[in-house]
Amino acid sequence: MSGILVVLEDRDGRIGRISWEAVAAALQLASTVSQPVHAVVFGADTSAVAAEAAARAVNSVLRVDHALLKTYSSDGYTHALEQLIRARQPEYVVFPHTYQVRDFAPALAARLGQSLIGDVISIGGGPVFTRLLMQGRLTGAYRHSGGGPCFVSVQSGAFRSDSVPGGAAPIESFVPTLDTAQIRTRTGEPFRAGAQTVDLGSAQLIVSVGRGIKEAENLPLVQDLATALGAELGASRPICDSGWLPMERQVGSSGQTVAPKVYIAVGISGAIQHLVGMKGSQCIVAINKDPDAPIFEVADYGIVGDLFEVVPALTAAVKAAKQ
Amino acid sequence: MKIVVAIKQVPERDAPVRIDAAGRWIEEADLQWALNESDAYALEEALQLKEQHGGEVIVLSAGPERVGSTIREALAKGADRAIHVDCDDLGQRDALAVARLLSAAIQPDSPDLVLTGLQSDDLGYGQTGVILAELLGLPHASLILHVEKSGSGITVKRELEEGWFQNIELPLPAALTIQSGGAKLRYATLMGIKRAKTKEIRRLTAAELGIAAQASITLDRIALPQKQKTTQILTGTAQETAAALVEKLKFEVRAL
Ligand SMILES: Cc1cc2nc3c(=O)[nH]c(=O)nc-3n(C[C@H](O)[C@H](O)[C@H](O)COP(=O)(O)OP(=O)(O)OC[C@H]3O[C@@H](n4cnc5c(N)ncnc54)[C@H](O)[C@@H]3O)c2cc1C
Ligand SMILES: Nc1ncnc2c1ncn2[C@@H]1O[C@H](COP(=O)(O)O)[C@@H](O)[C@H]1O
Repeated sequence: MSGILVVLEDRDGRIGRISWEAVAAALQLASTVSQPVHAVVFGADTSAVAAEAAARAVNSVLRVDHALLKTYSSDGYTHALEQLIRARQPEYVVFPHTYQVRDFAPALAARLGQSLIGDVISIGGGPVFTRLLMQGRLTGAYRHSGGGPCFVSVQSGAFRSDSVPGGAAPIESFVPTLDTAQIRTRTGEPFRAGAQTVDLGSAQLIVSVGRGIKEAENLPLVQDLATALGAELGASRPICDSGWLPMERQVGSSGQTVAPKVYIAVGISGAIQHLVGMKGSQCIVAINKDPDAPIFEVADYGIVGDLFEVVPALTAAVKAAKQ
Repeated sequence: MKIVVAIKQVPERDAPVRIDAAGRWIEEADLQWALNESDAYALEEALQLKEQHGGEVIVLSAGPERVGSTIREALAKGADRAIHVDCDDLGQRDALAVARLLSAAIQPDSPDLVLTGLQSDDLGYGQTGVILAELLGLPHASLILHVEKSGSGITVKRELEEGWFQNIELPLPAALTIQSGGAKLRYATLMGIKRAKTKEIRRLTAAELGIAAQASITLDRIALPQKQKTTQILTGTAQETAAALVEKLKFEVRAL
């Protein structure tokens, strides 16, 4: 058993940024365990993406081509990768932590008697893999032991995609055996829920509210601050899940990605799915009663305190400053 | 439809987290516990399916004695009966090992549908449901917001990134991992709480299920995350911090 397989995903025929980040992670792992890195591409015809992968500093590119891999299915991908892994016996298998990977990689690992170390943010000597626990409030250091390959997926943004050097890798083919009966689910085309009427993406100022607000009745408190600032109102997911604000105001991985001049997070803890949607903001302000809330890790200015005291005071101060 | 819902008891959201002396987990002594958020939505989906199509909802939880309170909460909301896999060694089990326990407990019931939450709020593996599907030999779909019966199977609405969705058709039996927000959660009624007291909770141990605590993944130590930015914490009364922030926004950020 040796070598590192890194499984790449493409969108519209191009390898995505998060897949290059997974390659960066695999290269870093390679430098601690001294093993070669092989990139794996999937599809009905992977010639273009294989060529794109081969132009980077990997030891080889493995093309896994089959008509039944044209669109993603958990069954198709699991069967194909299982066969590849049994044939190549890698010691590590690295994935980008995408919605697709979280849908099949745990089943694949289980089929090989393993547990995936998911959503890894750093890799150290040993190797030790670090991931977040308790919604980002803690980190945990994980190790793999025992026989069998070690499966790892890496969090979006944790490794630098531009750190992957160029190269000229040889391309090999692997043809899995699949038949239609093995694919038990039928997947429809992606669709959007409804027309978006709020464009948070172009807002200059955003005040976002989280579960710290406690009740829907308290929302006007934050709305008043947004109005005083001339800001758009945003929210974390639970606020939209509860129906307190429409989903189009949700900031984060399953909502909108925003990058305003100022983003004020009120009573938001700072889970990774929220952070990915707003960490590109120029200036981040966090108001939270918990000094250890992960939102403070990305904030430029922080106020540790009760939002029910701080927000009205801030609204008053903004109004005074604007007179 | 016979539906099994796997529910996990996790520390209450606002609970203070303190790293224990060994540095391997948090102090559990004075924590408050709650039903994992996405599991509450999984239970809601199951109860609504039962209301529409009849059948039975069985909740399943693995953990020490304390998880009994979360099981009773689910029974009070309308689940028909429960299975409690009594074990104190969840910490020594990785996601696969926990799923093996749950799968062994589910098997005798041969349900039409197995629901789990998408992700636990404490360990956050986001894997147990998908592994369960594999161990039970069932087709699955993950990140599901809504389930609809269609002919002999089901059609489910899956969440994708950035406000996109897709539908997936599956034959039954199947397993699904449920995302938060798809339905409005119900509260337990007084009547429900009363009825729950008479409902069956079957207790099983890992030994009875014949599943040893083995893991290929171990959590060596836990720590507070490192900061990515140097945050300026503004201190003082609410009025003082508000005034200081307005100053910063006006003169340093130039946003006012
Ligand atoms: C696949 C997936 C996709 C997701 N997509 C998104 C997404 O797009 N957007 C999103 O936001 N989340 C998303 N989530 C959910 C995310 O993981 C978190 O659960 C969510 O962001 C938490 O919201 P919150 O910070 O408002 O609530 P909590 O985590 O409950 O935090 C509330 C905060 O308020 C503070 N607080 C409480 N009372 C007060 C007070 N009086 N004064 C000041 N502070 C107070 C607390 O200290 C705490 O930090 C997703 C999750 C998954 C698994
Ligand atoms: N000990 C447990 N008992 C019952 N269900 C569990 C347990 N651990 C995980 N689950 C289920 O699996 C889901 C995903 O958990 P995880 O893979 O830890 O993120 C949870 O939302 C629960 O539905």
